[in-house]
Amino acid sequence: MDEGKEVQSRAAATSDNPREASLIARIRNGEQELFHDLIRPYERQVFLAAFAILANEAEAEDAAQEAVIKAFRNLKSFRGESKFSTWLLSIALNEARSRLRKSKRFPSESLEEKLDSYEGDFTPAMLTDWREIPSETLERAELRATLQSAVDQLPPIYREVFTLRDLDELNVEDTASVLGVSTNVVKVRLHRARMMLQKRLAPALKDTFTPRRNWFGRAIWR
Amino acid sequence: MALNCKHVWDYISEYIDNSVDPEVRREIELHLEHCEICSAILDSTRNILYLTADARTFAIPVGFSQRLHDRLRKEMSGNPDPNLP
Repeated sequence: MDEGKEVQSRAAATSDNPREASLIARIRNGEQELFHDLIRPYERQVFLAAFAILANEAEAEDAAQEAVIKAFRNLKSFRGESKFSTWLLSIALNEARSRLRKSKRFPSESLEEKLDSYEGDFTPAMLTDWREIPSETLERAELRATLQSAVDQLPPIYREVFTLRDLDELNVEDTASVLGVSTNVVKVRLHRARMMLQKRLAPALKDTFTPRRNWFGRAIWR
Repeated sequence: MALNCKHVWDYISEYIDNSVDPEVRREIELHLEHCEICSAILDSTRNILYLTADARTFAIPVGFSQRLHDRLRKEMSGNPDPNLP
């Protein structure tokens, strides 16, 4: 990148969040305890990013902690060309991937290469009607487990994109930046992930969690 | 151009994200008006995304934040200047 463009992009990234830019400057000037405030808004995102790779709570927590420590140690190398959040999430994903490789839970060949050319079935489940499942139903552990399991079963490249876009609520551009892929790749993978989830979940949720009406018109849950 | 069901499915994700061209969006909406299958697919997908995004579905472990900041404090006490190697 030439110097002019670099300065422009740095200005763009930091002007998005002046409070954050100011925190980073103060930490670099010695107020290191402010790093606690800097990362607080991103704790959940960092954990979920690690969990998307490792699919294990304890391992994801360790990876998330390590990623935050690495971000603290390397803050000097953060140059503001991207947002702090995307930089931090990239560190978390790399940390989780590295732990997954070391754990040898998966063969060393590239899963990404295999799955990018994967021509799976991305057609949705056919339904003729859908009665909305309200969020109060999430009080039932069984529903949470059904949703978690469907996301866990997504192939890794789709689970990563889904987590960053739909759970961490990053926009398409930031998701692409964290994963180092194009925005078009993000859109394609996200579409496939969502269709796979609809295909798996819609019939299961419709059968188990759709409210029935009793004779008095009240919703009853099976 | 009239869209068939398969075309509509290809656009569902972008339709939900409100990132399809206005012309395609109009075509999709025209199709949804008379296609109960595509309407149910769209509604169920939206509902599933809403439920999975709820913080109760993927909750962070209890005490996660406390343990994270404790570890960070420990790191800071061993390295008073973050700009030092």
